[in-house]
Amino acid sequence: MTSLYEEISTPPAGDVPVRRVTINVNGQARTVDVEPRLLLAHLIRQGLKLTGTHTGCDTTNCGACTVLFDGRPIKSCTMFAVQADGHKVETVESLASASELHPIQEGFKEKHGLQCGFCTPGMMMAAKALLERNLNPTEDEIRWAISGNLCRCTGYQNIVKAILWAAEKMRAESK
Amino acid sequence: MYPSRFNYESPKTLADAIALLDSGAGETKVLAGGQSLVPMMKLRFAFPGTVVDINNIPNLNYHRFDSDGTLRIGALCRHEDLEHSDVIAKGQPTIAAAAPLVADPIVRTRGTFVGSLCHADPQGDWAAVMIALGGRVVVQGPKGKREIAMKDFVLGPFQTALEFNEIAIEAVIPAPAGQARGGYLKLERRVGDFATASVAVALEITGGKVVRAGIAMAGVGGKTIDATDAASSLVGQALTEANIATVAAAVAAVAEPRSDHRGSSDYKRQIIRTFVTRILTSIANSTKKAA
Ligand SMILES: Cc1cc2nc3c(=O)[nH]c(=O)nc-3n(C[C@H](O)[C@H](O)[C@H](O)COP(=O)(O)OP(=O)(O)OC[C@H]3O[C@@H](n4cnc5c(N)ncnc54)[C@H](O)[C@@H]3O)c2cc1C
Repeated sequence: MTSLYEEISTPPAGDVPVRRVTINVNGQARTVDVEPRLLLAHLIRQGLKLTGTHTGCDTTNCGACTVLFDGRPIKSCTMFAVQADGHKVETVESLASASELHPIQEGFKEKHGLQCGFCTPGMMMAAKALLERNLNPTEDEIRWAISGNLCRCTGYQNIVKAILWAAEKMRAESK
Repeated sequence: MYPSRFNYESPKTLADAIALLDSGAGETKVLAGGQSLVPMMKLRFAFPGTVVDINNIPNLNYHRFDSDGTLRIGALCRHEDLEHSDVIAKGQPTIAAAAPLVADPIVRTRGTFVGSLCHADPQGDWAAVMIALGGRVVVQGPKGKREIAMKDFVLGPFQTALEFNEIAIEAVIPAPAGQARGGYLKLERRVGDFATASVAVALEITGGKVVRAGIAMAGVGGKTIDATDAASSLVGQALTEANIATVAAAVAAVAEPRSDHRGSSDYKRQIIRTFVTRILTSIANSTKKAA
């Protein structure tokens, strides 16, 4: 598959260097040819059609495009897709199984942790990164952990409650 | 937004990376955490012909104390590595205090300490920390390694003493004489904003007396402001309420704040004075407790 800026730019001229990379996305090895300037967020959305990852500000501020890169949260609008060669990327699509929501998703549903929903995928991936390191976070620790993700609707209250809810459920499940 | 076209190289050794820079004749840029370079390329403030990604070079992601107490921070040590580090929490209080205040938690998983120094943003947090600590930067080029004192490393906004074919491989913080004490306070409008005003304090204390006092500021001038001269009256003294007040006023006096949307210049000066007082007072209290 060739994933370039086909939808947003002119097709590359003959001399544009293209790199073949293999990225483990949500547990599946994906091999793609990418132009170096292709951002990881655009590969995920336009190339791999995983549109759960959102691009908001496009200037590394808002965190809507947050995905996990080798388990740590990154803003995927601020990494080139070529850099992910040989690495593991997890997007919001990795959370739910065919039959069940992830506790973090359930938490957002139970606690009304979203209104427009635009920031939600990034929020949930930031929450996942936190809960992987700390299953018993305080409210303060949650607020710090999501401080790189902007929400313009909720005032954050219910997002924090949603993550507390998820943590409790995950603790119960891990017993 | 997407950057202009470039060639991407991901060398596996430092020697290969340096060779690529050397042959690039200044059109080539190092990519470390990418948290400043990628946004600048997207905005087309930067349009390098070739990007040399150093993330695949082994043995650059470290921070460690030598047996004599010298601290070494490798080129791929991320902000969050310092934030979560036990050795930093125990041994380097100025860095420990600043790490959680740099950018936001997601930017901190990628951005690097050394990359911040190379980016040379006049409002960057780590430059102020390095000036206060009297640190040095080790750089390597085709002709070998050299060390540059932090105060000589930054030549101006976004300009450093690095040659086009050199890579900064390590930051070095000299071993303290006695105990390293210090702190970092930053006023920001919101997480991820640059400092409205910030102060880095790095003291070395032996037998209850200050033997070295480094203080630097960000956000209150067109560059990182070195206030070490203003703090020099502390040397040879134990911290007291009176000398803390004197130094806080002297440091605030050498700040060069400008009035802008973040606050008036008087306000920022007052913040500096308050921050210096708070950090020094907390050091004085804990030194007393320890004694
Ligand atoms: C939303 C946001 C908020 C931020 N807030 C803050 C803040 O509050 N305080 C703060 O200090 N910073 C802040 N930053 C900047 C952040 O700290 C960056 O990580 C840092 O400035 C650059 O480090 P990097 O490793 O990402 O470097 P890169 O972006 O990879 O590189 C930056 C520049 O340095 C050069 N370079 C990098 N490493 C080397 C090297 N080893 N040798 C030679 N040249 C090199 C590159 O060529 C480039 O010119 C923020 C960034 C963002 C996106």
